[in-house]
Amino acid sequence: MGRIQLKKVTKSFGEVEVIPPLDLTIEDGEFTVFVGPSGCGKSTLLRLIAGLEDITSGHIEIDGTDATNVPPAKRGLAMVFQSYALYPHMSVRKNIAFPLRMAKLDQAEIERRVNGAAEVLNLTDYLDRRPGQLSGGQRQRVAIGRAIVREPAAFLFDEPLSNLDAALRVGMRLEISELHKRLETTMIYVTHDQVEAMTMADKIVVLRAGNIEQVGSPLDLYHSPRNTFVAGFIGSPKMNLFEGPEAQKRDAHTMGVRPEHITVSDSDGLWSGVVGVAEHLGSDTFFHIHETGLADTITVRVDGEVSFKHGDRIHLTPREDVIHRFDGKGLRLA
Amino acid sequence: MARAVSTQRKALNTTVAWTIGLLIFFPILWTILTSFKTEAQAIASPPIFIGFDWTLENYAVVQERSNYMRFLWNSVIIAGGSTILGIIIAVPAAWSMAFVPSKRTKDILLWMLSTKMLPAVGVLYPIYLLFIQMGLLDSRAGLVVVLMLINLPIIVWMLYTYFREIPGEILEAARMDGASLREELLYILTPMAVPGIASTLLLNFILAWNEAFWTLNLTAVDAAPLTAFIASYSSPEGLFFAKLSAASTMAIAPILILGWFSQKQLVRGLTFGAVK
Repeated sequence: MGRIQLKKVTKSFGEVEVIPPLDLTIEDGEFTVFVGPSGCGKSTLLRLIAGLEDITSGHIEIDGTDATNVPPAKRGLAMVFQSYALYPHMSVRKNIAFPLRMAKLDQAEIERRVNGAAEVLNLTDYLDRRPGQLSGGQRQRVAIGRAIVREPAAFLFDEPLSNLDAALRVGMRLEISELHKRLETTMIYVTHDQVEAMTMADKIVVLRAGNIEQVGSPLDLYHSPRNTFVAGFIGSPKMNLFEGPEAQKRDAHTMGVRPEHITVSDSDGLWSGVVGVAEHLGSDTFFHIHETGLADTITVRVDGEVSFKHGDRIHLTPREDVIHRFDGKGLRLA
Repeated sequence: MARAVSTQRKALNTTVAWTIGLLIFFPILWTILTSFKTEAQAIASPPIFIGFDWTLENYAVVQERSNYMRFLWNSVIIAGGSTILGIIIAVPAAWSMAFVPSKRTKDILLWMLSTKMLPAVGVLYPIYLLFIQMGLLDSRAGLVVVLMLINLPIIVWMLYTYFREIPGEILEAARMDGASLREELLYILTPMAVPGIASTLLLNFILAWNEAFWTLNLTAVDAAPLTAFIASYSSPEGLFFAKLSAASTMAIAPILILGWFSQKQLVRGLTFGAVK
């Protein structure tokens, strides 16, 4: 079981309040991702749940019992750190066994669980190596192994993939998702990468300056962002947001159109502009369009290969049914 | 990228390095050479460098006149005791400053180091009086405490810099893995800091071994270490150079040998943290 509830939790470092009063419930078995730009308090929030930082006020409950003053060792949570934080003087086997040794399990049980974890994570051949002799991806697996052997109430991941190269990152992302499907244990995952958030999460918590901007499923956030911040943060390439007469025509202060919701044509359309940079990805093409009179740059995503060049004047038409409208405070209009 | 160095340049560098090295080593070499001369050859002018009659007479006389082993034993006890006591106090102090720093941690460290800037003679009088009152004059226990206090700032500083090199996340991982503070120190921090602790031990042992001011002023007979042994052979008129040299050679020999065998560890310890 691993239901985690934060009730009116705050955190201040001296005079600076990094987490204003915050309420959040993470259901048992849920894969929750905290996402936001750097400095938004997502890692701090994770460390508060872990118990590595003391909360300034409020309560944290794990499975209905107050864990506010319980030390990290006793919360029954396992954590995977950004730097992996493996014990460099111990072999892989001893690293994975360490939490079990601390829990005073008997040797046979420790052996059984370490071998089990090693098999799941493809580490069997490396059990007698030191962390220094492993690659980044293998170290990450050891860190995950050390977390899963304990059979914790919940896993906490603090940007675990940001030290890996791009190809490995995609692979590990899948492995963690598969691990979650198999274990069905609560996972809380911190990242600044909205692609990781969208692909892995059951529930995304978008944070800005310690405040929760929106909580919802990846597609909720994509289809109905509550404000301009979430609208700009979720989705890649970013949503086009602009003010002015076009927005006013639609009774909004700011309007938003996702790059994939604009059609391009060389003959006619609602708006027109000049092609700046075209990024050809093969499967699709991103155009950065200037001189539209809407914003400095409008980004458009087109399926497949389209042969507009730098300097071409083209015409744009947004799909009216998926236009996002926001008021003067940046909040979504129904 | 490696810089290209010409052969000439290399030869020059080597020559300069050897010259500096020999200059530093020369007094020790001269002392050792002198210890094998007769008293007359020792003060001969111009000095005789190598072509003298080698003799062991000085060592025999020194051995006969004083009990070398007793001085040696006192040195071992005083240097060893003060170093071990210092480490026991410094490990928790350095741990808390490295991993649970407060706003004033840097100030405390600087303040500790600043005590080393006071000339020792400035506190000789009060310490001497304290020693008389507490009956510690000429006792090994008294010297262990004083030398420990003298070297404590350096021990704490060195350990602090080693501990700072250990990423805090590793200790946090241990905490998440269920380790108590004691287990965290025992299974994670100490094994990771062993090279640092070892070189701190070594350096402080050498410093304490060579410490002359306090050992000369606070001892007479019972607790006198090798520094006092050397001093007892120095005479104001500069006579008996050869015997003084023999005594000095005997006094520095143990630490020279220890230093020789642990030089790798020492160099690593002293440059630790400078290069990542």
